[in-house]
Amino acid sequence: MSGQTLAQKILSAHAGRQLSIGDLAVVNIDYVLSHDTTTAWAIEPFNQIATKVFDPSKIHVFFDHAFPAPSTQFAEMHRKIERFCKQQGIKINYDGVCHQVMAEKFTYPNTFLVGADSHTPTGGAMGALCCGFGSTDAAVAMATGKIWVKVPQTIRINLEGSLPLGSYPKDVILSIAKKLSSEGANYKVVEFGGSAISSFDVPSRMTLCNMCAEIGAKTGIVSADAQTAAYLKQHNRYQPFEELRSDSDAEFEQVLDFDISGVEPTLACPPDIDNDVPVSQVQGTPITQVFLGSCTNCRIEDLLVAYKIMKGKKVAQGVKFIVTPASREVYESALLNGLLLEFSKMGATIAPPGCGACLGRHMGVLSDDDVCVSTSNRNFTGRMGSPKAKIYLASPATAAASALEGKIADPRKYLKE
Amino acid sequence: MARIWKFGNSINTDLITPGRYNITTDAKELAKVAFIEHRPEFAREVKPGDIIVAGRNFGCGSSRETAVTALKECGIASIIAPSFARIFYRNSINQGLLLIVAGESFTKSIEESHQLQISDGKITNLSTGASTASSASPMLLSLQKYGGILEFLKSHKIEELEQL
Repeated sequence: MSGQTLAQKILSAHAGRQLSIGDLAVVNIDYVLSHDTTTAWAIEPFNQIATKVFDPSKIHVFFDHAFPAPSTQFAEMHRKIERFCKQQGIKINYDGVCHQVMAEKFTYPNTFLVGADSHTPTGGAMGALCCGFGSTDAAVAMATGKIWVKVPQTIRINLEGSLPLGSYPKDVILSIAKKLSSEGANYKVVEFGGSAISSFDVPSRMTLCNMCAEIGAKTGIVSADAQTAAYLKQHNRYQPFEELRSDSDAEFEQVLDFDISGVEPTLACPPDIDNDVPVSQVQGTPITQVFLGSCTNCRIEDLLVAYKIMKGKKVAQGVKFIVTPASREVYESALLNGLLLEFSKMGATIAPPGCGACLGRHMGVLSDDDVCVSTSNRNFTGRMGSPKAKIYLASPATAAASALEGKIADPRKYLKE
Repeated sequence: MARIWKFGNSINTDLITPGRYNITTDAKELAKVAFIEHRPEFAREVKPGDIIVAGRNFGCGSSRETAVTALKECGIASIIAPSFARIFYRNSINQGLLLIVAGESFTKSIEESHQLQISDGKITNLSTGASTASSASPMLLSLQKYGGILEFLKSHKIEELEQL
């Protein structure tokens, strides 16, 4: 048999036998992730096939997508989930966005995570295979501790060079999305490697892997290495792990060498991820809201980047600047180091940790003529509220510069030494 | 007579069941909000047996299975498109909602007034005479016979899925 890809190796280990690409296999899972809507949709399917979950300690339920509850409808859904989890002995997590908290507290290299949410690939930053599924699949996983998979092909992306000043991992992945398109990685794993990847810390890798969901991928992944070890140590849960890699003779469906030295601040123009342009093409577009949040880009590192640009200045008149830390950990760090106070003094509205405005349910819903620069992952029609609102996806730096000017703005002018 | 509902490329699950409306586990309520903003007359007028013909990457975006549940509850017999997004595809396999892959030039030329004949591995446009090869996931077709994955698992071990 020829060399194996990283995804193949992880799935084979979980199947207890060597798997080939294209094989249909039932594999063991290490954990299940679901949240405050997908868990509700999984309860009835679960009840059809089981009475007890396979292992409550391996099931992680997060209240993030609409928390605190913005309506009685949501509150009822939450209570339904709370009753189910209590019955099953599952501890619910109220600490922020599922993918952020999962990476901070639970995900481990070389494991297999079944997540009832499309941005589950975020965890690939930890060198784990983290795939998004629907609620029926989550119910099956909770009931059996297993799931059926078709072993996917892998697209290998080698990142080379180094990021220029003012460009960030979000700009890299938006540029890659333009190249591959919104279905360019359909059903495939996107594996990031190359000479530049070792300089991407886990938070940066999370941005890359998170956005793989938007190009149709089964997941995004980066082999666990020294950066992963550093992140685990930072979170007091380091244990030695095998640095699993794709073999040098692994069968990749495609290998893309991508020079990040040429990446500019980039925005995805509404209404989809295919419409990515350098900031020079859209700067000056008047905006009404900036959302600095989401599992894609609201870690402490992202807040620090935004602060660097905004320090000593104020949010432009007429701009709603909503800062939504991705987790309690991020929120507490930003509280402790004074960042949240600084943002507040600038005129930011600070929302509690969670998904917030990302998906149009609360904490910054858009109306017909709102134009929003968002650090999140989707700009579909109606994603953040009115179907007529316009959403531009961008890095925290571009979002910060735009908040200062009241229009889409190039962050680089604020970063010149 | 089965009505055809034509949609474009990249019909994402936020369009199929928007986040403002899918806060329910009741399939009947979900059926009422299918395409509620994108194509308001759909939920009112759709009849069991109707067919969706769409462009590339149907079902992309959020993993929300309400998109499949809603369309299934509306009675959609099949969705024909050049490509489907991954999670939507899996959700359809699990629920037994028939997804058929057919070439883009053929699907693009179908109009809502046309009549289609769908047979095993082939679709004929009875209104234009054109036909094309088509395919559906063998796993979907097998699970459909049981009534979906949950029905299958009531009488089979999960490992038996490998034999499908």
